[in-house]
Amino acid sequence: MKKEVRVLEIKQSVFADNDRQAEFLRQELKEKGVFLLNLMSSPGSGKTTTLMRTIEMLKDRFKIGVMEADIDSDVDARTISESGAKVIQLHTGGMCHLDAEMTRQGLAGLETGDVELAVLENVGNLVCPAEFDTGASRNAMILSVPEGHDKPLKYPLMFSICDVVLINKIDVLPYFDFDMDKCREYIHMRNPKAKVIPICARTGEGMEEWADWLAEEAADWRRQKEK
Amino acid sequence: MHELGVVFHIMDTLESVAEENKAEGISKVVLELGEVSTVIESYLQSCWKWAAKKRELFTDASLVVEMLPAVTYCEGCGQTYPTVEHGKICPYCKSPDTWLLQGNEFNIKEIEVY
Repeated sequence: MKKEVRVLEIKQSVFADNDRQAEFLRQELKEKGVFLLNLMSSPGSGKTTTLMRTIEMLKDRFKIGVMEADIDSDVDARTISESGAKVIQLHTGGMCHLDAEMTRQGLAGLETGDVELAVLENVGNLVCPAEFDTGASRNAMILSVPEGHDKPLKYPLMFSICDVVLINKIDVLPYFDFDMDKCREYIHMRNPKAKVIPICARTGEGMEEWADWLAEEAADWRRQKEK
Repeated sequence: MHELGVVFHIMDTLESVAEENKAEGISKVVLELGEVSTVIESYLQSCWKWAAKKRELFTDASLVVEMLPAVTYCEGCGQTYPTVEHGKICPYCKSPDTWLLQGNEFNIKEIEVY
């Protein structure tokens, strides 16, 4: 007997499921008073170094927890643990990004009970993490000077979803053909609302402005809990 | 890598759809893919083949990808034009004040189940 075939119309975005879960997680975090920052960038742009210094600057104001997402190894988690912040290493099992469900599991592993500011250091990649909403309160990305000022043109989606773009390694500006004005222009073409902050995580230049921005956003977010 | 991730994601979604509809198996999956989405069709097809062998529900499922052309709208002159050919700048009035009307979609359109 021939099996009966039915057509099921689905008509939904591949990302719809994840978007729903992410929105749910965001609401939950708001009710708990946990601010979650999703930190993205390409490999080697200085995410871990920037994070180390940021924790140093904000650890007296917030209880900080960090989720390190990598395909393999725990080198970043070990580095971050030296800062005194709570840290958990997430392995994506070969996947190039984290989705909302993995983020939820990570937060559970971090035991967010007393964490006020959680940071997700996403997998180093400018493509996929932009497509999967993690449920974060804010999205940040780091573009480092050696990568070039044209990256916003090449990875438009990443730049269009970020609330803040940190331009790292500005201490090496004299050695690269990096045009800061062009870079700002390209970023704002994709995302007029993005805040752009040039920094050098190694020397500390510009880090004050970034830490202030983050502290303010986190405090704002946590105030909404009380409303 | 990205394609494999989204294939897993699609299969997860479809497994629950099949369960809800009490389907025994899936014979065909139709996706809509925008011309300027970040997914490459040929990679998607090979990842699909690899992953389908490992999941019972999908062993007989063929994958059909329908492409949606990318179209940009110009705020300057109100016309639309093909995105891939002309990019961000409007070919009619040279305005950079343009946005993507269609072309970054990635949808599950329909499936055939038995």
